[in-house]
Amino acid sequence: MITHDQVKSGDALPALEHDVTSTTVVLGALAARDWRPMHHDYHFAVERQGVRDIFLNSPNQGSWLERFVTDWTGPTGRLGRLRFKMRKPIFPGDTMVLEGTVRDVRIDDVGCGWADLDLTIRVGDVTCTESEATVALPAAPHDNPWRRHGDDWRP
Amino acid sequence: MTDAQVRECDPNLPDDVQALIGTLQYEELGEFPVERGYFWTSAASVENGNPLFWDDAVAEEITDGPVAPLMLLSAWFRPHHWAPGRAVEKLPLQIHFDMKARFGLPEAIMTENTTIFHEPVRPGDMITSAQRLVSVTEELDRRLGTGRFWIIDVEYRNQRGELCGVERWEGFGYRRTDSAEASA
Repeated sequence: MITHDQVKSGDALPALEHDVTSTTVVLGALAARDWRPMHHDYHFAVERQGVRDIFLNSPNQGSWLERFVTDWTGPTGRLGRLRFKMRKPIFPGDTMVLEGTVRDVRIDDVGCGWADLDLTIRVGDVTCTESEATVALPAAPHDNPWRRHGDDWRP
Repeated sequence: MTDAQVRECDPNLPDDVQALIGTLQYEELGEFPVERGYFWTSAASVENGNPLFWDDAVAEEITDGPVAPLMLLSAWFRPHHWAPGRAVEKLPLQIHFDMKARFGLPEAIMTENTTIFHEPVRPGDMITSAQRLVSVTEELDRRLGTGRFWIIDVEYRNQRGELCGVERWEGFGYRRTDSAEASA
């Protein structure tokens, strides 16, 4: 678990590498209740959509990014915002690498500590997904962002 | 963090589409109470060992009990693939499919997502969602084909009316052209 005072701009998050398989794609889609065929039907993906294989669906990419961030923060880290732009699909056979750096750290008007992160998912030299995350971190050892509600939570 | 950039809206949108911009549509209750099995399946799908999802004592101490992985938010409004008496497949993010049909664009992909998280979702919650069309671009040529980008917001509330999150989706509906690449 990290606290807000332990983080500074420019810090790198530990990279996460994962070999994507068809199971990764299908399991991720079904876990998100995404039944669209391009995430489980090879022929649909290739012949209808014009891509080379089934590919990771959007919510599952978000789940990978969520995991990547909270691997770093520990369970008291609470995502406030996550944005990701998918530039290239991620296919079975790809080795995806999630990387990130801290862009800014700040405390908001109600005392909540935040870290703004720049994240990417790349395959080889190609950046497939660009992302920004804003995560709340304990502002002090006994602070807990999850206890914030209503006006005290301003993601 | 900045909000997703909204592409310029087509100034010559058909009247029926223009009338939908900013209008709340498809407000509906999820088809089932939030269930914890999905928490584990989702966490397993990305090998997420966050103890919030696996250790009840940790969840009790930090979040006053189990909470859903945050990026599962859209799962709670996705309809069953089949249900008794349902003759036509019910689709999530219906506005996305409405735009495909309206503009005769047979293919579509999602290109960007921004989610703002508020109250955590918990087992047993009943989530109500509502969708809003934000913008639709002119027809544009892209690598996959020719089509339009659109932005849709989805708002999620629990059974107490508390805001759980807001998602902003950008989709690209397109028709393939002869010059479209066979791989993306």
